[in-house]
Amino acid sequence: MNPGLPRWIYVPAALGALFVVLPLIAIAAKVDWSRFLDLISSESSVTALVLSLKTAGASTVLCVVLGVPMALVLARSGSRVVRWTRPLILLPLVLPPVVGGIALLYAFGRLGLIGKYLDAAGVHIAFSTTAVVLAQTFVSLPFLVIALEGAARTAGSQYEAVAATLGARPTTVWRRVTLPMLAPGLVSGSVLAFARSLGEFGATLTFAGSRQGVTRTLPLEIYLQREADADVAVALSLVLVVVAAVVVLAMGGARFGRGPFEAEGRQ
Amino acid sequence: MTGGLAVRAAVGARGIDVEFDAAAGEVVAVIGPNGAGKSSVLHVIAGLLRPDAGTVTVGRRRLTDVAAGLQVAVHNRRVGLLLQDPALFPHLTVAANVAFGPHARHHRRRGRHIEPRQLADHWLTEVGAADLAGRRPGQLSGGQAQRVALARALAAEPDVLLLDEPLSGLDVAAASAMRRLLRGVLATGGRSSVLVSHDLLDVVTLADRVVVIEGGRIVESGAVADILTAPRTVFGARFAGVNLVGGRAGDDGGSVLAAGQTWRGSAGPDVIPGGAAIAVFAPAAVSVSRELPADDVNVVAVGVAELDHRGPVIRVRAEAPADGGGGLAADISAEIAAGLRLIPGEQVYFGVAPKDVAIRPA
Repeated sequence: MNPGLPRWIYVPAALGALFVVLPLIAIAAKVDWSRFLDLISSESSVTALVLSLKTAGASTVLCVVLGVPMALVLARSGSRVVRWTRPLILLPLVLPPVVGGIALLYAFGRLGLIGKYLDAAGVHIAFSTTAVVLAQTFVSLPFLVIALEGAARTAGSQYEAVAATLGARPTTVWRRVTLPMLAPGLVSGSVLAFARSLGEFGATLTFAGSRQGVTRTLPLEIYLQREADADVAVALSLVLVVVAAVVVLAMGGARFGRGPFEAEGRQ
Repeated sequence: MTGGLAVRAAVGARGIDVEFDAAAGEVVAVIGPNGAGKSSVLHVIAGLLRPDAGTVTVGRRRLTDVAAGLQVAVHNRRVGLLLQDPALFPHLTVAANVAFGPHARHHRRRGRHIEPRQLADHWLTEVGAADLAGRRPGQLSGGQAQRVALARALAAEPDVLLLDEPLSGLDVAAASAMRRLLRGVLATGGRSSVLVSHDLLDVVTLADRVVVIEGGRIVESGAVADILTAPRTVFGARFAGVNLVGGRAGDDGGSVLAAGQTWRGSAGPDVIPGGAAIAVFAPAAVSVSRELPADDVNVVAVGVAELDHRGPVIRVRAEAPADGGGGLAADISAEIAAGLRLIPGEQVYFGVAPKDVAIRPA
């Protein structure tokens, strides 16, 4: 069936794979397994982990609430404005997170574009848990939008057109046809967004700072502990590696598993 | 009860300007070359495409009236759509797919006493798919899926049913069964139907009238039998499987002058000498030879474009003339074809006796 690849191509391919896997093995090798549970259950670690899960969860919800409509508008609208906006919206995907943090600071910070009015109204966003959620949402939103937009384009608009001819109002079409058909894309998009939020570092540090229990998420905690107690940093890193592995497996399940749509798509 | 469909629509961006109607209970076939605007016309009727000018009415209901700024939303038009792709909702069972329309309307108009599920069962039985009710669309064959799609469209009780090549995705056996089903369904219920198709068989079995669209304009329309026996356009002729040559009528009305060639034939009524006229003849009446045939037949030298076999006969299609239009076709027996050993690109003579050529006004 397969005419076969040139043999030499396996050499750089194997090198690449090794390059990715080796550091992960190095972490596992460095972990002090006898103290592992103690290391990751210290008060500051647990606080950071809980904060990370909470903020990543909140930003994922925010991503879904904002990202689903965004993706559908991008996939379905033929308007020129929408087409021109698309690259702007997807910019955080390639933007250095630190720059994203700075941008957020000058938008929502005390002296920021909107922040100064919020500040006057008594709302302080910068260096709060809200800032963590905003920073994570800022960097994660494009991941969800891209995953979902692709799914929406693949699904095509003919189902929606047919549903409308059957007498369903736009909102009914959206609820009973569009959303269920996008469910697999929504799951993988949300998982991606959650993972990206969980790992967020640069934008969070810049926009939210590093206050224990308030803005110090797990990646920030790892970075700090690296100076204080390297063993804690390594142990916590492994926790994040495991979370990432779970995410990748979940994604694989969503993509390659026997969802209800694959059979239809293949005919 | 519903009254017929009347369409008058112009869509500038797609070069479409058409006007036709379909009486209640009537099936109008829209045929034409690819890109002629057939599907766009259906989209205008369904409300998926806003015309730049024109009206769409069903009985006394105005669905689109550009001058009056009226555009009834797709979901309120009661215009059903059956596409080449059944487009069954993959996350719903067959029964839920069919109940989708009744369910959507049910929500808005309380007081209906028939349950969506009962309606779904009724229509699934009508299309002979009652046993599929519990399945998922992914578990259906192409023919089964298209049956269910038809049941789903009918369950929404449309006043107008639009069919956009509903059979072209099916294999021969499934298409034949579906055609039989459509024939029964379209003839009942008093709704107007518009069928877009490339298939002669669909048109002769399902349609009452034919509208030929070329380049966004209606170039020909009439009863199916008239269009097929007496086409006036090259596309109509090709669709009907006959040869058509357009030109000017000769002085006696019994001939057509086209591209320096005179086609003698039997004059029909209404042929005006010197006026636009067409010569129509069947491929079976055309003989193919390497030597110039006898004087008493119409002869034209052509290049062979392609050979194709249809049952026992070989169809020889000539290269299209430089001035446009389709190439002529000749049907010859396999023995004659074997004797001639034709190769595409070769020059041969097509001959057709005047008695086999019908001259008509264009």
